[in-house]
Amino acid sequence: MRQERVPIVIVVPAAIGAAFFIVPLVGLIVRSPWGDAVTALSAPETFEALKLSLIASLSATAVAVVLGVPLAWVYARVAFPGRDLLRALTTLPMVLPPVVGGIALLLAFGRSGLLGAWLENTFGITLPFTTVGVVMAETFVAMPFLILTVEAGLRSMDRRYEEAARALGASRWRVFIRVTLPLIGPSLFAGAVLCWARALGEFGATITFAGNFPGVTQTMPLAVYLLLPQEASFILSLVLLLVSLVVLVGLKDRWLGSA
Amino acid sequence: MSLDASIRLTLGPLDLDMAITVEEGEVVALLGPNGAGKTTLLRAIAGLAPFSSGHVRLDGKVLEDSSTRQYVPTERRPIGFVFQDYLLFPHLTVQDNVAFGLRSRGVPRQVAAERASRWLDRVGLKDYSRARPAELSGGQRQRVALARALAPDPRLLLLDEPLAALDATTRADVRRDLKRHLESFEGIRLVVTHDPLEAVALADRLVVMENGHLVQTGTAADVTEHPRSQYVADLVGVNLLRGEAAHGSVKLASGQVVAAAGAELGAVFVVVHPRAVAVHRTHPEGSPRNVWSGRASSIELMGNRVRVRIDGAVPLVAEVTPAALRELNLVEGGEVWLSFKATDVGVYPA
Repeated sequence: MRQERVPIVIVVPAAIGAAFFIVPLVGLIVRSPWGDAVTALSAPETFEALKLSLIASLSATAVAVVLGVPLAWVYARVAFPGRDLLRALTTLPMVLPPVVGGIALLLAFGRSGLLGAWLENTFGITLPFTTVGVVMAETFVAMPFLILTVEAGLRSMDRRYEEAARALGASRWRVFIRVTLPLIGPSLFAGAVLCWARALGEFGATITFAGNFPGVTQTMPLAVYLLLPQEASFILSLVLLLVSLVVLVGLKDRWLGSA
Repeated sequence: MSLDASIRLTLGPLDLDMAITVEEGEVVALLGPNGAGKTTLLRAIAGLAPFSSGHVRLDGKVLEDSSTRQYVPTERRPIGFVFQDYLLFPHLTVQDNVAFGLRSRGVPRQVAAERASRWLDRVGLKDYSRARPAELSGGQRQRVALARALAPDPRLLLLDEPLAALDATTRADVRRDLKRHLESFEGIRLVVTHDPLEAVALADRLVVMENGHLVQTGTAADVTEHPRSQYVADLVGVNLLRGEAAHGSVKLASGQVVAAAGAELGAVFVVVHPRAVAVHRTHPEGSPRNVWSGRASSIELMGNRVRVRIDGAVPLVAEVTPAALRELNLVEGGEVWLSFKATDVGVYPA
């Protein structure tokens, strides 16, 4: 079969565009001190950071699912004044510089913050510079991805299935659990994975709100940053890269649609 | 023991104002063209479409009443609803679909599974209990939808175009099964359809609605013998005219007078069967008192008869044999005379 000729004016910028992404990745692989890889990876700080990253990002994803799915449901199903504004506010962290998000979190939940002071004085709860703070920072930045994906799924699903379930005697809760959630399963899955990937790579809000304490708030991206002059940071970067790549490739079929 | 619904609502272009009662023991078909509001009425009865005023009562109990602001939510109404495209839950097995209503109403898992599998047996799908809806044919899906609606033992069974999603070859079989299940169901049954054949086959009584309003109701024989709208007349295939009767004749709105043997006094419908209309190329001689000229606007072969639509002072459809058509040497647009006898005219109060 004859392949249609691809215009050169498109191929050249396309190739440059691809190279822009690939060259840095190649650099990372080529320049990494592979000899020291075992040492770098087996260092207890690395293990701590990786463990914390996984725990915090999975926790953030869990929180995002528990709070974000109902929020998405409200956006998709309840018409109320100010809905668009509220949606904009809750998805703002997608475009906000994460550092700004971290500062905002500090002003709200910091020890002298809006709610933080009250939490501290009443319950003795301190959030900033704790592992919980890491989860909060990651949730703040990552949850919008889940909200938007799930809302889109809710809007595009055939709501008559919910009516069919109600006509069969199912309570609103049962309809939600047994019909709505399974039907938006692919959107929920995609949203959760996107959210998790974003949480895993979170840096700015985390370092601002939670600080950089090894074993408590030092996640992988922070560890990479801290190690930066040293070549060991390259190895940690590769680990993050690998994890992200696996997620993206795994998502391709479900979310991006396979070509 | 009956369903009694009276519903007024506005939904987009639809202005619905309908009252309907269905007695226990009868199957009622709600018949009407697309967009008449049949599905909306059914949804309102199920509590899925809010209405501006009216009520829905089942066995004397109020399910919804706008004047008292009572509303029993859909999930607490004792109904079974078969949707037009069935809406089987794609993520559940056939058996879990059928058990869904039982589980929703608090039946324990084991009991629900047993009852669901008994229902699947009854509709002849026992071997498909572990299958997903997507693996079934249209006819099988219809039967699962019916079993799912019937399994929780509802008082009121609502079916929305139950056969419309099927192709012609399976429709007859599924219709026969559906009729059998409808007959064995001991509750109140209401079927929505736009297909007169389906309505006549499944129901004891027809309720015809158009543009959100009741047109007529009665047995299939009543309705076909006494159409009360152009839609019904077209379904039955007869000419329907309307006018004012005056002992032996009917004056139409156009001013033309039709001689009708049975005409007495008052506003009436006039029905003339196309076969009773004779077509001529010249002014007919002899006894017929109803004679008009016109133009053959369309000529269609229908089976072994030819339907000739004649536009003129009294527009009518005539049915002739192909041989007669050849003899008349008639083509579309040709000038013709039509005639029918005063004794071939049906007259009944409007």
